[in-house]
Amino acid sequence: MSDSRSVLIKSGWVLGLFSFIGIGLVSLTYSVTHEKIAENERLFILKNLRELVPGTLHDNDLLADTLQIAQAKEFAGKHPVTIYRALKNKKLVAIIAAPTAPDGYNGSIKLLVAIKENGELIGVRAVSHHETPGLGDAIDTNKSDWIHAFNGRSLSNPPIRSWHVKKDGGDFDQFTGATVTPRAVVKAVLKTLQYYQANHSNLAKIDG
Amino acid sequence: MDSYSKILKNGLWENNQAFVALLGLCPLLAVSNTVINGLVLGLATTLTLVLSNTVVSLIRHQVGSEIRLPVFVLIIASIVTTIELIMNSYFYELYLILGIFIPLIVTNCSIIGRAEAFASKNPVGASFIDGFGMGLGFTAALVILGAMREVLGSGTLFANADLMFGDAAKDMVIYVISDYEGFLLAILPPGAFIGLGLLIALKNVIDKRLSKPASQSVSLSMDAKKA
Ligand SMILES: Cc1cc2nc3c(=O)[nH]c(=O)nc-3n(C[C@H](O)[C@H](O)[C@H](O)COP(=O)(O)O)c2cc1C
Repeated sequence: MSDSRSVLIKSGWVLGLFSFIGIGLVSLTYSVTHEKIAENERLFILKNLRELVPGTLHDNDLLADTLQIAQAKEFAGKHPVTIYRALKNKKLVAIIAAPTAPDGYNGSIKLLVAIKENGELIGVRAVSHHETPGLGDAIDTNKSDWIHAFNGRSLSNPPIRSWHVKKDGGDFDQFTGATVTPRAVVKAVLKTLQYYQANHSNLAKIDG
Repeated sequence: MDSYSKILKNGLWENNQAFVALLGLCPLLAVSNTVINGLVLGLATTLTLVLSNTVVSLIRHQVGSEIRLPVFVLIIASIVTTIELIMNSYFYELYLILGIFIPLIVTNCSIIGRAEAFASKNPVGASFIDGFGMGLGFTAALVILGAMREVLGSGTLFANADLMFGDAAKDMVIYVISDYEGFLLAILPPGAFIGLGLLIALKNVIDKRLSKPASQSVSLSMDAKKA
């Protein structure tokens, strides 16, 4: 009786010891790596932003001047939208919004949508998605040129009723055998443009 | 001791975790769509196997059988989390591609399988070699399957090598078939199952070929006896 009890207690100690060592190892690694990981994430976002709005266009820190839109009716999704503002001489030159298209073929598609101050699109990029390789992933710039079709577009080019894929009577190409993905992207870009138009004066306001 | 080479051969061929034991199929099938993805996951798995086998062997006399399994799980989870953090800080873009499959190494049953079946009963040196051999065998399976699927599916080899080896490796991409339209089936999950099936069949054919001469000579000597 007392024998099995002492085995139990010893086992508890051993288990505790190993938990302690494990936690120690992970904490140590975390403390060594977490700054580098945060920096990696920052540089990764910045690299994507730079592709759309090169450093020559603005003189502020894009990652420092951001707005979080929690529940905009234009986006209608549950995902909050981050907006990065590019300023030059304290005036807005462009924004980059990071909306999420909720209705991709395999879940959400995270986008970056860069809009010039006058409401014209600079460009769009898909930064993360789970669309099917070979079908829906043609939204990636290294797979096809499709996403460049947004460059220079605006709410009047094409008119709003044509902001659809061709199959739905709009202006934008779909992919062979894949309509769901481009449909989701076109819709999300349109919503972002509409949001920008409705909130332009707020977004252009510079405090301080 | 030639038993080390025997342990290695066991891991690479006779008891290959992917082709014979059929363990760790979830990462194997999901990540083997390119050579580089397969190679990275294979190396991370090998490192985990070597470390966990070594640690488990070191403590095999101290840990009673009642709590053996929870302790193994603790060890493996700590090792994998550490590897994940290190990858996240030094190979960030690869980490983004492999994403969930790095933490999921914890659930690769071949790791706890080797801890339980081998490392908990054998000395440190042999356990180290066993982890290394099993890991290399698994890596080989991932790379071969990855090469098959990448060539058939996208007509390339070593795409994305720069994410692993740095910008200098950008030219490593081989366009095996130029202007290739792509063969979707090979990249999608069914391609992984079919490819793995073909490779297992191939291995069985080779094994049969190898064992034939031996059995023939046996029957010959039997005939000789009769005569
Ligand atoms: C395995 C599989 C994966 C698919 N992946 C995608 C995808 O990622 N994106 C997409 O738009 N369509 C994908 N499709 C095709 C869609 O199911 C759909 O047929 C196509 O988008 C046409 O849609 P529509 O009839 O509404 O125009 C996939 C189909 C299959 C069978």
